[in-house]
Amino acid sequence: MSTGTDSSHEITLGVNGTARRVRVPGRRLLSDCLRHDLGLTGTHVGCEHGVCGCCTVLLDGRPVRSCLMLAVTADGHEITTVEGLAGPDGMSPVQRAFGESHALQCGFCTPGFLCTVTALLEENPAPTDEEVLEGISGNLCRCTGYQNIVKAVHRAAELRAEES
Amino acid sequence: MKPPPFEYHAPRDLGEALEILAGAGPRGKVLAGGQSLIPMLNMRIAAPDHLVDINRLGALSSIDAGPGGVTVGALARHAEVERAAPHPLMVQALRLVAHPVIRNRGTVVGSLVHADPAAELPAVLAVLDGSVRLARRAPGASGLPDGVVTRDVPAGAFFTGPMESAAEPGELAVSAFFPALPPRTGTAFREIARRHGDYALAGVCAVVTLDEDLHISAARVGCVGVGPVPVVVDVTEACERRPAATVPWQRVAGAVRERAEPDGDVHASAAYRLHLIGVLAEQAVKDAAREAAG
Ligand SMILES: Cc1cc2nc3c(=O)[nH]c(=O)nc-3n(C[C@H](O)[C@H](O)[C@H](O)COP(=O)(O)OP(=O)(O)OC[C@H]3O[C@@H](n4cnc5c(N)ncnc54)[C@H](O)[C@@H]3O)c2cc1C
Ligand code: FES
Ligand code: FES
Repeated sequence: MSTGTDSSHEITLGVNGTARRVRVPGRRLLSDCLRHDLGLTGTHVGCEHGVCGCCTVLLDGRPVRSCLMLAVTADGHEITTVEGLAGPDGMSPVQRAFGESHALQCGFCTPGFLCTVTALLEENPAPTDEEVLEGISGNLCRCTGYQNIVKAVHRAAELRAEES
Repeated sequence: MKPPPFEYHAPRDLGEALEILAGAGPRGKVLAGGQSLIPMLNMRIAAPDHLVDINRLGALSSIDAGPGGVTVGALARHAEVERAAPHPLMVQALRLVAHPVIRNRGTVVGSLVHADPAAELPAVLAVLDGSVRLARRAPGASGLPDGVVTRDVPAGAFFTGPMESAAEPGELAVSAFFPALPPRTGTAFREIARRHGDYALAGVCAVVTLDEDLHISAARVGCVGVGPVPVVVDVTEACERRPAATVPWQRVAGAVRERAEPDGDVHASAAYRLHLIGVLAEQAVKDAAREAAG
């Protein structure tokens, strides 16, 4: 990796299972790298200061804010975006549960919720109501009123259990 | 809402990091979890010329719990410390820090250096009388390689103002030490925030020790959001060495309010914060006494 005043850096990100090489300036946010440099516009950007959760992606399996991380810091790490959640057999249990439970309206917040909930259920396959609320408390939704999102998380837990 | 340009550095070891920081001086900034610094860059509140990313210094991610206390390295993230649960008060505080997703990146030491007067961990370090270890480069004598000098700054001297700490340009906070609790001691953290996960309007952590007859023999509180730095108040005397059931709580609340100097803002008036801090102090001391009694 080279350095210089706002010089660009050659980095390699493992994105949804594929190694992607890209040149970015030091100040490029991971969210912008995914959207603009790699064309993965499923990761949404709302506030760019960590509050809304729309930009949440998985970094080595753990949910993080892609607007609060420099792309260069992610060099050499594995990233999963909403585009990478579906498997070869189609939508993931979390994605299907969100559809089934009407857990989205405009859909702007949905990629962030899907990534957050995927990781939540990975760590805690059968969360209580309280654990669901704590788990999604960092993601804002301006449309649904959250009730159906909470339902979807429980439904996704059921689907995962049935299918494992 | 994008960071201004800067020169990015990704040192591979501590010596290299300190050398870059020494060269950059006041124009350099450390990037740890980025959960406070990157919002500040995005909002252009911070505009360093050199950003020193310490995320590759794996040696700094240790969490060591010994009989005397817990030492957390500069790369130990909130979530990792919460999971390792090396100290009850740290865990109680960490559950109140932001949201789980933010805690996956943010670091305990970064939170201390950031020194937000509304942040939980500075109050924990202060109430426990912990310390922060700062390292800087020491130029080697002629012909010898550069070395590293460290100094330990006690919490009382570390927090110097709102968002200001004793860490000087060229220094890296390598670890923080949180002293262990004496026997028959309980802890608690109470706070009020507008929304779950937000910075608190006011908060109180308490450390309470009971004697053999379950009377309060020592009680300290650390207050958040009611001054430029964490406010530590020894309320042992106000508790009058009584069991928690007969403590004159008005006196405890009064002792804390006397030391608090809250400001008002759009979220809460100064008077409301002053009211809150007394109520929260009573609740936190009660909780901690209950925990100490087992
Ligand atoms: C939405 C949101 C809500 C939040 N809510 C809370 C909350 O309720 N309570 C709370 O306490 N925090 C909260 N935070 C902040 C969070 O805890 C941060 O992680 C923490 O304050 C800073 O840690 P960091 O590792 O991310 O530091 P960074 O953001 O990387 O750095 C912060 C500052 O400290 C300096 N610094 C960091 N590490 C070092 C070091 N080792 N040596 C020298 N300087 C260093 C940096 O140069 C910078 O000035 C919130 C953040 C967000 C985005
Ligand atoms: S865009 Fe990242 S949290 Fe809002
Ligand atoms: S569905 Fe519109 S913001 Fe959540």
